[in-house]
Amino acid sequence: MLLEQRREKVEEILSHYPQKRAALMPMLYEAQEVYGYLTEEAIREVAAILELDPTEVYSVSEFYSLYYHKPTGKYIIRFCTDMPCALVGAEHAYQQLLNLLGLKNGETSADGLFTVEHCVCLAACATAPVLQVNRQFFENMTEAKMRELLETLRTSGLPEDGPVMKFQPRTADTPTGF
Amino acid sequence: MEQLYLICRHREVPNLHQYETYIQKEQGYQALQQVLKLSRDEVIDIVKASGLRGRGGAGFPTGLKWSFMPKNVQGPVYLVINCAEGEPGTFGNHEIIENNPHQLIEGIIIGCYAIGATAAYIYHRGEFKYGAEMMQRAVDEAYKQGWLGKKVGGREDVSLDIYLHPEASAYICGEETAQLNSIEGYLGQPRLKPPFPAQSGLWKRPTTVNNVETLAHVPAIIRNGPAWFRQWGTEKSPGTRVYCVSGHVMRPGNYELPMNVTARELIFEHAGGIWKGRGLKGFIPGGVSAPILTNDHLDLPLDYDSLAGAGSMGGSGGVIVMDDQTDMAWLAKKMVDFYSHESCGKCSPCREGTWWQKNLLDRMMTGLARSGDVEMLEMVSEQMAGTCFCPLGESSQMVVLGAMKYFRSDFERYGQGKAYDGVIPMSAIEHH
Ligand SMILES: Cc1cc2nc3c(=O)[nH]c(=O)nc-3n(C[C@H](O)[C@H](O)[C@H](O)COP(=O)(O)O)c2cc1C
Ligand code: FES
Repeated sequence: MLLEQRREKVEEILSHYPQKRAALMPMLYEAQEVYGYLTEEAIREVAAILELDPTEVYSVSEFYSLYYHKPTGKYIIRFCTDMPCALVGAEHAYQQLLNLLGLKNGETSADGLFTVEHCVCLAACATAPVLQVNRQFFENMTEAKMRELLETLRTSGLPEDGPVMKFQPRTADTPTGF
Repeated sequence: MEQLYLICRHREVPNLHQYETYIQKEQGYQALQQVLKLSRDEVIDIVKASGLRGRGGAGFPTGLKWSFMPKNVQGPVYLVINCAEGEPGTFGNHEIIENNPHQLIEGIIIGCYAIGATAAYIYHRGEFKYGAEMMQRAVDEAYKQGWLGKKVGGREDVSLDIYLHPEASAYICGEETAQLNSIEGYLGQPRLKPPFPAQSGLWKRPTTVNNVETLAHVPAIIRNGPAWFRQWGTEKSPGTRVYCVSGHVMRPGNYELPMNVTARELIFEHAGGIWKGRGLKGFIPGGVSAPILTNDHLDLPLDYDSLAGAGSMGGSGGVIVMDDQTDMAWLAKKMVDFYSHESCGKCSPCREGTWWQKNLLDRMMTGLARSGDVEMLEMVSEQMAGTCFCPLGESSQMVVLGAMKYFRSDFERYGQGKAYDGVIPMSAIEHH
């Protein structure tokens, strides 16, 4: 499927490296997009393209957090609850998000729209609470902004991506945990 | 002192992500043209004389690192650009790649020329989707303008390709040898050194790994000379650095400042001081792996040597600030969560040690601490010291022992059913 749908991209990736195996990580991203997640078939196809054993492909893909081996929602929401963010209430904000979605950490919504999980530092700690939807950043989150974001995703999809790290001074009503 | 934008040029020059702006407003690619008229050694000598030190963590002198690369080798030589930026509290590279990618690309090309690299891989965090797009655009433009590909800048004998390589969120892949394994398509676990990457790196070829911010400094150093760069900072840590300030401050953000700025000035003047009118309890000066410091250390300049002298480190430049209500046992718990999650599993002191640290701190947070747990946490951490294969596990013990050194009573409060009285970290609850 990968080769059928993205032959050019596959070949371009392969051309970056002197050895096929090195194309593994970018190839897993492609496979994930084409197959939805890393199905057994996806793993086998990547292995065939790179002339590797499927077990090896599987073990490398398991090492990283951004490869998924189970079906996910259309939007994967990853919310940073790492220490610097947690200092300013990220864990509290994450609970608000879970409540808005009616999901527990790691779950996917019944309509197949959202998967939600918490994650380690996203390199945007000054704009905490911060989350990503399909690897696009949303920062300085409040309960109201998260509600709005979910609504936007439901009705019109992801907005256009752009530069982030819009640092904001804290104010008396900066929404934070403690 | 004022902020000084050698790296964050985009703060002064709008639309700097566009090639035309970089050329017209920033003397873009003039440094590279200058370099192409010099020998490799001459370029290395300029960078050596500038005193530039690696901004990725270790603060290793960049010119010296380049000089370790073998000369006159046949076959491929590589530069790997470390844009993994996984150290919690660090977000300087993130700002650079999204807003000032051309300066980085020019720095990369100059670095490649200096070490004789034939290809460069930008190993960027998987999460930097937009940042990667901006870098790819800058790379494409550089090819179009003849700064990349065959005959770089018209030089018949110089050719260079730059490729982006996406990682997929694993902190250990920021460590340079783990990064090489990761690029090669193996598990991102660190390699034993020696051999150092300069002798045997990517596909066993001579390789240098440099951080984004390090390389972004290079074009201006070439254009203006080493003395210009040395006007700022200290003798041994010249120039500016992007300090990333997060936590309990009024104005979190990136602050680019000369490296002799003190913690006090950074935290209380630039970042607006502690929020909610509270006092400061502690701060971490260089990303979470740098041991915590206290009020007593506020007048230290934030250069590599002063911080090392105080038992901490300059590390990644991530300055995390904690107010006087912060429970340092909670802080240790959050960090140990991170390290146990990110341990690559290669060596047992780290894999098992972080697990035990986490287990003990989970008990404290949830009110299940037993008598002797504080001592056991200390013992486990001490047993990790000096025994882990790489600095990841060492950081986990340093964070805990560092916090215990100054704030032991925060740990001793637990026991007799007392749990953490804020939001208990989810991982602690899941665990029981
Ligand atoms: C666990 C660990 C994580 C690291 N993460 C990063 C990182 O995200 N970015 C980085 O530039 N260096 C990181 N480093 C440091 C690199 O190993 C290496 O020293 C650096 O990239 C060299 O570049 P420089 O000389 O320009 O600083 C890390 C080191 C360790 C031990
Ligand atoms: S800790 Fe959340 S983005 Fe860094």
